[in-house]
Amino acid sequence: MATIDHSTTFLLGRLNWSAVPTDPIVLVTFVVVAIGGAAALGALTYYRLWGYLWKEWFTSVDHKKIGIMYIILAIIMLVRGFADAVMMRIQQVWAFNGSEGYLNAHHYDQIFTAHGVIMIFFVAMPFVTGLMNYVVPLQIGARDVSFPFLNNFSFWMTVGGAVLVMASLFVGEFAQTGWLAFPPLSGLGYSPWVGVDYYIWGLQVAGVGTTLSGINLLVTIIKMRAPGMTLMRMPVFTWTSLCTNILIVASFPVLTMTLILLTLDRYVGTNFFTSELGGNSMMYINLIWIWGHPEVYILILPLFGVFSEVTSTFCGKRLFGYSSMVYATVCITVLSYIVWLHHFFTMGSGASVNAFFGITTMIISVPTGAKIFNWLFTMYQGRVRYDLPMMWTVAFMLTFTVGGMTGVLLAVPPADFVLHNSLFLIAHFHNVIIGGVLFGCFAAIAYWWPKAFGFKLNVFWGKVSFWCWVVGFWAAFMPLYVLGLMGVTRRMRVFDDPDLRIWFIIAALGAALIAMGIAAFFIQIGVSIWKRKENPDLSGDPWDGRTLEWATSSPPPAYNFAFTPVVHGLDAWAEMKQEGQKRPKAAFMPIHMPRYTGTGVILAGLSTVCGFALVWYIWWLAALSFLGIIVVAIAHTFNYDRDYYVPVEEVSAVEGERDLQLAKLGA
Amino acid sequence: MSTHSIEPHSHHEGASHDGHDHGSYKSYITGFVLSVILTAIPFALVMTGGLESRALTAVIVIAFAVVQILVHMVYFLHMNSRSDEGWTMMSMIFTVVVVVIMLAGSLWVMYHLNTNMMPQMDHNQMQGFGS
Repeated sequence: MATIDHSTTFLLGRLNWSAVPTDPIVLVTFVVVAIGGAAALGALTYYRLWGYLWKEWFTSVDHKKIGIMYIILAIIMLVRGFADAVMMRIQQVWAFNGSEGYLNAHHYDQIFTAHGVIMIFFVAMPFVTGLMNYVVPLQIGARDVSFPFLNNFSFWMTVGGAVLVMASLFVGEFAQTGWLAFPPLSGLGYSPWVGVDYYIWGLQVAGVGTTLSGINLLVTIIKMRAPGMTLMRMPVFTWTSLCTNILIVASFPVLTMTLILLTLDRYVGTNFFTSELGGNSMMYINLIWIWGHPEVYILILPLFGVFSEVTSTFCGKRLFGYSSMVYATVCITVLSYIVWLHHFFTMGSGASVNAFFGITTMIISVPTGAKIFNWLFTMYQGRVRYDLPMMWTVAFMLTFTVGGMTGVLLAVPPADFVLHNSLFLIAHFHNVIIGGVLFGCFAAIAYWWPKAFGFKLNVFWGKVSFWCWVVGFWAAFMPLYVLGLMGVTRRMRVFDDPDLRIWFIIAALGAALIAMGIAAFFIQIGVSIWKRKENPDLSGDPWDGRTLEWATSSPPPAYNFAFTPVVHGLDAWAEMKQEGQKRPKAAFMPIHMPRYTGTGVILAGLSTVCGFALVWYIWWLAALSFLGIIVVAIAHTFNYDRDYYVPVEEVSAVEGERDLQLAKLGA
Repeated sequence: MSTHSIEPHSHHEGASHDGHDHGSYKSYITGFVLSVILTAIPFALVMTGGLESRALTAVIVIAFAVVQILVHMVYFLHMNSRSDEGWTMMSMIFTVVVVVIMLAGSLWVMYHLNTNMMPQMDHNQMQGFGS
């Protein structure tokens, strides 16, 4: 890395030919990505899909399409993040007995940073945002979210952040600081080039999207519930989404501010987090974990909701302890704000501080435990159907409980002094994030796929994926607990002690199994689409569901419900089915819907350009694109053509087709 | 209105009323007079140096500032327990709780920064912060 040319020019800032990586691994990746990308773009052009994609998807304000796009983004980024994981696993098996492995320190440090950043911000976050986007309006009987344009804009801002992070792979470098970029390492003194700047602007651009979508869904849940759906009649997934979005709205500003302070340190020479002139790097760590801990619950709470829906549906009964589930969720929401110091017990604070945060951390595991018991009691004496979503749920309960228990171990400050920053910690949080968030996402995909696309997923490949993932997870991360207890710290590149190697080999084999699980997942998607005629969901209610999203067709019409449903109790759809409620067949009304707009794409594109320009100190471009953002935003306020009415004829045609479909089923 | 909600199921009472409190002439005047008084008193205190103790002056100014914030919220931002079915009040309380936790917690944590440093370290070099 000694060859970086640090001179700057007016036109391109500090961007010059030395920004193009010469590392053969990156070069090969670049060539593969370039060929693959060119092939994909060529195919889209050849099949003339650009117009379709632009008109029907990119500019869409339909919450269902935006939800699906979020999840596609998450799956694409999952592949990138997983590739990083595999590279780390190979390096750690390789670098023994004096070998340096195949990755130099500069490259390896970027990989573990990118892995963390991508998996949290661009896999887990888009996954849960996409799920909430798709499901919440359907569950509350609404036709879209409160601010449909904002929803589209939020999505494209998230994409913009992802684009910046991906660009760093081929233009310049990514941060080498670990996923939270602690100073002083992330300061200009130790990270002089563009890595940390890519990190900052990638997260800031995506953060705008996350915050806005949090506000959007929060308002949607509070303001747009179907008549009769009081708070205590909301489906549990909607409840957990509500709490998640409260957490997003109340915690993401902290991340934004912390990153702004770091930006000021790096760009204009302030000293908030430096070691001199009164700055203090522990303040950064304190602030970022004030955001970071709620973030953990932002990720897991929606999936708790998914597991609740899946458990009650596949056990054919009401969720055990609905109100305790709600109170547990609310408790977690509030408690998640008073545990952040457990991420830095070893800072050196006194006994009172460490004891306080240790105890609050143990307390927060109580509502979580209550939830586990609620799911178990729901299963107790239920008619459990082990379809794919239920399998993921059971795997979650077994896996997550172990992860939770190691978390409680880490919550004991004296134990944490031993385990801090070790592979034990790595094993713990992968145990809860993979076992909780990822398993939950797969449960959710298997559960709601038929709703989104009108056919069920292939079961055989789903089971292959399931077993590869679950066994692979245990094989990949249990060795890390052992290694952590043996004293191996995280982010190590080379090892001296040959006794450790066997555990890394087992972990690498686990990662290989997970790779097969991911491959099987793609095969499952492919086979399901190919043989979609064999597994159709004509009823709109393939699992004998209990909540309102199953009351409409699969896939739902753009307007979701021809008539806004009226809710009389919990599990509204189960109740309607029990009472034999008939679908209304006439007297349709024109339906008021928002119009698609490309402004979100343009604004997010300009924001991404602005971020890129700031990374490379291309000041004129940064100023120009920022001006562009303001001009486009103001111009958009003069666009009065924002809504339209779906005419009665169209509604009755769509609903008539659905009647035919249902009649065919009945026959 | 930069963005609009489509068909919010306005099942709150009264179709003509959208759930917000818009205030009245009287309430705006009350708020204005109160905030002028609440500004004038601390201003006078500082300008005349009426109190001997600087610390006491600072505490009083801060106390007036807090009351000022409340006056603004009630009379200008129409914060009350009724508007939007109580949601504005709820969110306000939640925000205050979270902000207090963050500020008080950060102060407490940072105050404790060096408590458990290893004894052989020279504490004179460790006092870059807060001293």
